[in-house]
Amino acid sequence: MVATHPTTNEIWSWLDEIADPEIPVLSITDLGIVREVEWDDIANEFRVVITPTYSGCPALDAIADEIRRCMREHNVERFRLTTQLAPPWTTDWMSDRAKQRLQEYGIAPPAHSLIQIEAAHPVCPQCGSSDTKLVSRFGSTPCKALYTCSSCLEPFDAFKPH
Amino acid sequence: MPVPVLFEYLLRLGDNCLILSQRLSEWCGHGPVLEEDIALTNVALDLLGHARFWLSYAGEVEDEGRDEDKLAFLRDAGEFRNVLLVEQPNGDYAMTITRQFYFDTWHFHLLKELQASSDLRVSEIAQKAVKEATYHLERSTDWVIRLGDGTDESHARMQRAADDLWQYTGELFETDEVDREMLASGLGVDLEKLQPPWMEHVQKTFAEATLTVPPGKWMQRGGKRGIHTERLGYLLAEMQFLQRAYLGAQW
Ligand SMILES: [Zn+2]
Repeated sequence: MVATHPTTNEIWSWLDEIADPEIPVLSITDLGIVREVEWDDIANEFRVVITPTYSGCPALDAIADEIRRCMREHNVERFRLTTQLAPPWTTDWMSDRAKQRLQEYGIAPPAHSLIQIEAAHPVCPQCGSSDTKLVSRFGSTPCKALYTCSSCLEPFDAFKPH
Repeated sequence: MPVPVLFEYLLRLGDNCLILSQRLSEWCGHGPVLEEDIALTNVALDLLGHARFWLSYAGEVEDEGRDEDKLAFLRDAGEFRNVLLVEQPNGDYAMTITRQFYFDTWHFHLLKELQASSDLRVSEIAQKAVKEATYHLERSTDWVIRLGDGTDESHARMQRAADDLWQYTGELFETDEVDREMLASGLGVDLEKLQPPWMEHVQKTFAEATLTVPPGKWMQRGGKRGIHTERLGYLLAEMQFLQRAYLGAQW
């Protein structure tokens, strides 16, 4: 019997439809959580590798469940899902499309990871002003910090460069 | 590497994170302002993540069927290997911030060094954790300066916290047989070498915060060997209650 299986590109596009549970405007591939999708000829299975954003990210188990569900939905029975820590996740892996979506959603996208948070000065996603200030280093999730805009006076979340 | 030594070393790494995470979680819903409530619990979450990495590895190394949960919930106080600093009660906000500042400064330098560990798994965990620890340290440093150089009241409370907790800082750099064996194998770090950069950061921050670095030389020790203050027992009673009462309970 000749086994047929989907291409890795197809799998990437399926995974791109899985929304992050905490920032649903982004997919798990937008965020750089999926690191690798490859066919393992020896084990005769797909290997899907994911990495946590923050060490304590409570969403990782839910994300893994979603990936398993998605693979089964597409009749892929032979796959192995593994978690890897290194190289550690960075916001630099976030796609430009993802940053654009964040901005539209009302979350300021991250600056380059080497820029320290004091210097990062995100632009207000509401009015576009760069006259903003840090209120708290932690927002509603570990990946965000809380800012206020001095122009429109609105508070907003900013994705931290990490 | 003899299993008991590596196991012991990993427990120390994991227990420090686990116990401090539990302490910080006690603030959940009680923070002085909403932003701080959120920040403290986020730091707690990062540390819990680190604890899971270390304790999972410890369980695998021991190879006696104990996973991260069994190690966290089914050991008694005498089997915990955290330093005494992290089990100290939250006290007022000055106490919580100062405990965090002493710990974060040490934790950052420890993880920075552990990235070069000869053990790939240890190195990978350290590479992941150091990014978060860097952020924790920036935050606690900010707060020490803000509260130390704040009002008379906040300054006095910060100085008292700095003095009271000072006796628990010596243990961070205390080196015993386990540490020496780990260092010799290339897996661990030289804890004594972490002391100068730790002290430098504390001195610099306290100077900016108008706080005095406590002169005390006498240090408490014992946590690393399982000899704890009575406070740990109360912490564990709360943390472990559910798994003790309903063994193996799951969400
Ligand atoms: Zn604005």
